[in-house]
Amino acid sequence: MRVALFVTCLVDALFPDVGKATVHLLERLGHEVVVPSGQTCCGQMHVNTGYQGQALPLVRNHVDAFEQADVIVAPSGSCAGSVRHQHADVARKHGDPKLAEAAEDTAKRTFELSEFLVDVLGVTDVGAYFPHRVTYHPTCHSLRMLKVRDKPLQLLRAVEGIDLVELPGAETCCGFGGTFALKNSATSTAMLGDKTSAVLSTGADVLTAGDSSCLMHIGGGLSRLRSGVRTLHLAQVLENAR
Amino acid sequence: MTFLGMPAGGGNLTGTPFPKAARGALGDAQLRRNLAKATTTIRTKRAGVVGELPDWAELRAAGAAIKDEVLANLDEHLVRFEEALTSRGTHVHWARDADEANRIITDLVKATGTREVIKVKSMATVEIGLNEALADAGVHAVETDLAELIVQLGNDKSSHILVPAIHRNRTEIRDVFRREMPGVDPDLTDDPRALAEAARRHLRQKFMTVDVAISGANFGVAETGALVVVESEGNGRMCLTLPRTLISVVGIEKLVPSWRDLEVFLQLLPRSSTGERMNPYTSVWTGPTEGQTSHVVLVDNGRTATLADPDGRAALRCIRCSACLNSCPVYERTGGHAYGSTYPGPIGAVLSPQLTGVDRNPTLPFASSLCGVCYDVCPVAIDIPSMLVHLRSRVTESKRTTPESTAMRALSWVMSDARRWGRLIRLGKFGRLASRHVPLPGWSAARDLPLPPKQTFRDWWETR
Repeated sequence: MRVALFVTCLVDALFPDVGKATVHLLERLGHEVVVPSGQTCCGQMHVNTGYQGQALPLVRNHVDAFEQADVIVAPSGSCAGSVRHQHADVARKHGDPKLAEAAEDTAKRTFELSEFLVDVLGVTDVGAYFPHRVTYHPTCHSLRMLKVRDKPLQLLRAVEGIDLVELPGAETCCGFGGTFALKNSATSTAMLGDKTSAVLSTGADVLTAGDSSCLMHIGGGLSRLRSGVRTLHLAQVLENAR
Repeated sequence: MTFLGMPAGGGNLTGTPFPKAARGALGDAQLRRNLAKATTTIRTKRAGVVGELPDWAELRAAGAAIKDEVLANLDEHLVRFEEALTSRGTHVHWARDADEANRIITDLVKATGTREVIKVKSMATVEIGLNEALADAGVHAVETDLAELIVQLGNDKSSHILVPAIHRNRTEIRDVFRREMPGVDPDLTDDPRALAEAARRHLRQKFMTVDVAISGANFGVAETGALVVVESEGNGRMCLTLPRTLISVVGIEKLVPSWRDLEVFLQLLPRSSTGERMNPYTSVWTGPTEGQTSHVVLVDNGRTATLADPDGRAALRCIRCSACLNSCPVYERTGGHAYGSTYPGPIGAVLSPQLTGVDRNPTLPFASSLCGVCYDVCPVAIDIPSMLVHLRSRVTESKRTTPESTAMRALSWVMSDARRWGRLIRLGKFGRLASRHVPLPGWSAARDLPLPPKQTFRDWWETR
């Protein structure tokens, strides 16, 4: 299958290894990966911070960039969620029904990585080998907006050598929330404190999740604590093979 | 977006921005412990009794649909409700806002000559600041709901829609009773049974002597003029039946079309709020009891303005169950006072700014990480996260240019073109040194910044 990677702005700028891991993983599974060069950002930060008018050009750019793609895969529940649940609304609210229609079409072709692997490709064992103690945080948008349920866990359980441990209170938000982390920094870090305590209680060496944004926040907290726990995106865990 | 001609409501606001109020609350270890314990308990109970119903999704959809129909035809339902009430001998009053409502109620109370009224827990009366208005007129309002009584005796403020004293543990409650309750046993213990008994003795005397009661209503049935109060302690039943004068303060959105519709809500509400299959007391009355004079005050106070916004009006479906508060990770950590308005938690963050106008409540729509738990647990399927996002736009659009809006505009320009974006993020590598040494305000107090990569993803892809 020819897969268009929607790498997301955060991964592009700050976490390129997550993008590379997604490419390597999909190629190992025998698929051709293309990266449409016109892509930038889905505009979620603008929408969620109250700047829908400023998000509109980004929605338009995104729709144009992926116009030719058969299937679009993002290593992010949050960005895939924005494409699927916000883009058409933003276009419609700002008087562009044609763009809204195009955005709905893009949305239908867009999948978060674990959805794509489990639902579209029908694989749970991607041939990964990762001999470490790992715990998994289900990110809010993948869980509640996209309803990926336990798909990431199905993928992780099939990894050879992995010691997968359950994260207490896993489904509670880590406190990132985009600009919430800055605007309500005290509340955000209080939520983070409970999340890092939960991670440390598992004794895991690695915390994994499907969103680099949440991992940036939790990882920033774990690093500040000098805890020695690494954060790796789901794609990076699955990329490893013998 | 402004809605001309729609008066905003009074809000009983503290005026402190959420981030600042939250910071104070977060430092209170006892509060954090009380809240975590209480919300975890109610959350677990709710999940149990909701999970056992095979048709919960259908009930939820029915609840949302009934409320939407009421809101779409509110004018007709209200007139029908008024006619039904009047024909059964209840006096109906209309109040545009908090001031008008308080004036009407105060005049009614003063006309009876009483100096004291008893109250059934009512969010609408808290919203309009009724107790304060009555006090100004020389009338003392006695709260008869146990938690409201604790709040009132402690000179405190409610921090939860359903459990107003959720921020207090039993030792703190015992201290309030010992200090403030007339004639209480000085050796009162913090055993819940002893505390309840003390409150019962105190209240029983009020029920038997005070002649005017003020209630709210969970529902009003448009077809028959029936009012419904759902409660757990029996204090409501006392207030509704004993006094000679009953004044019920009802938000105009509280209607259901017909008696049959209650079947849906009397299942949704107790399971979502207290986590019970059925609440202990449901009082329904259609017109006054014998020898009683009854009044209904229908309060707008910003509801019509809320109704005018197609992307915000679903907040008026709310049946005040507080499932969203109990599930919210932000509420669990900050408590209700931080929201600075009558309605706290996720529903407060969407309802309060709409009732008062967003300009008077600009920080509440941002008081959420948009995790979406509130939407999942809402028994009338209010999409609170989407509504928060919508209200955030109303807040930013109501302001002039700010440093943030300038930055967003600039970023939008850069990000709407892949070449501009590619050039910007290539500069990230120069931030490799800075990220460990230059703090980012709001981020770096508790979190390290990631080390920017030497090469962006798109540059790697180009060279591959």
